[in-house]
Amino acid sequence: MRKVRASIIGFGSVGQGVAEVLLKKGDELKSLGIDLDVVAIADSKGAEVNLAGIDLKAALGRKREFGTVAIDNLTGEDVIKSVDHDIVIETTPTDIETGGIGLVNMVAAFEFGRHVVTSNKGPLALKYRELVEAANEADRKLLFEATVGGAMPIINLVRDTLAGNEILSVEGILNGTCNYILTRMMEEHASYEQMLAESQELGIAETDPTYDVEGIDTACKLVILANSIFNQDATYQDVDVTGITKVTLESLSLAYDEGYVIKLIGEVKKDRLRVSPRLVPASHPLAVGGTLNVASVCTDLAGTITVTGRGAGSIETASAILSDIVSIYKD
Amino acid sequence: MRVSMDIELKDTPGQLLLALNPISELKGNLKSIVHHHEERTPRSTIPVQLVFEIEPANLEVLIGRLEENGIGVARVDEKRFTAHGAVLLIGHIVHTDIQDTIDTIDKTGFAEVVNISLSMPQIDMRSSASLKIDAVGKNELHEAISVLRQVAIKKDLLVIEPIEAEIS
Repeated sequence: MRKVRASIIGFGSVGQGVAEVLLKKGDELKSLGIDLDVVAIADSKGAEVNLAGIDLKAALGRKREFGTVAIDNLTGEDVIKSVDHDIVIETTPTDIETGGIGLVNMVAAFEFGRHVVTSNKGPLALKYRELVEAANEADRKLLFEATVGGAMPIINLVRDTLAGNEILSVEGILNGTCNYILTRMMEEHASYEQMLAESQELGIAETDPTYDVEGIDTACKLVILANSIFNQDATYQDVDVTGITKVTLESLSLAYDEGYVIKLIGEVKKDRLRVSPRLVPASHPLAVGGTLNVASVCTDLAGTITVTGRGAGSIETASAILSDIVSIYKD
Repeated sequence: MRVSMDIELKDTPGQLLLALNPISELKGNLKSIVHHHEERTPRSTIPVQLVFEIEPANLEVLIGRLEENGIGVARVDEKRFTAHGAVLLIGHIVHTDIQDTIDTIDKTGFAEVVNISLSMPQIDMRSSASLKIDAVGKNELHEAISVLRQVAIKKDLLVIEPIEAEIS
């Protein structure tokens, strides 16, 4: 049995999802030889530290009741630097301008010899190369399956299962909010504005939906795929981005008459990174509806492999984080 | 372009080879061959149906060589466009000179707009159109869409292209 001490840095929806999943899956982890204790949880107001292992149920309850887990006046960075542990689960909100606190946390984690498992896209989309180098230098792992497609396996699928294949392209729907809006426009014969409002009411779109509907979120995921799968040194500026805000109901109807649906598709190839609304044949595997994500990986040996799954949600994202944690310790 | 051709062979050995050699010499790509050995034309020749891809410029040369070889060419049916694609446009399509937009494709010589459906909900609102484009080959279809993309940038139109798998 391997004793693993972890911190959860960032205790919003994803961080709490991780805590719930760890509570539920403690026995499964033990059966894989991993005895995991969360020794610190940090949110924006402070932290709880307990080297004997935090009572996750109590921490979740306190967060729900008081809006914070804070007991000690420590930041996430303080925890990473001062609390002795093995793995940092980095789930702070993403900052696509500078990488924000997430970037600081990841750099600190490697500096102090800790593995990083994260759902935070910003730092990876901005500073992938630097982070990988820092991880290598520290001889620690940086795993980020949760950053692309939530529960849908894509990075690990390519790295492990499709090992040995040359990857020619990845094409898919990587943003559930856009997929929901486009799907509902067609179902309800309603305008973009109406269906955006509906998805905001349901909590599928943010109050400021720019990040999703302008294709920025998809573009960040493409950068992560380009860097991790295609070994590029791409940044957001390299992506040709068009969002869905100009897609009209009439265009969806015209597409439907020709046997197509319109989807916001992200496309990664050696020489092209592009996010744009595209025509997808209604019977094609990429034509999934609702908030689903989907990706087709085109390879030289295996042909085209398509995966689909839930791209967001706290438990779904936590599932990807859990599989990354297991993959560090099962080897 | 794709050509389907009916030819007539004399019933002597080596005739089929005389018909096929010129196609490969002219870098044609044979797609199918149906050889009715048991049938006879009224001229006592054997009818054969060929389908192949060939550069348009080489078709006349090919017919010449076949006739030189004593092969009768009974019917030639060329199909100029083998690739078909659909594209959507969104924006002020009519007011930015729709004729000019279509012309940029038609002028390429290797692709044509063969159908257009237009939806204009209200004056001053953006309209949507679906265009069907035929091209002599898949590369040309790609090229035609890329030409359209350039024009669309100038006219502030959004082009919605098919996914890669649809046109490759």
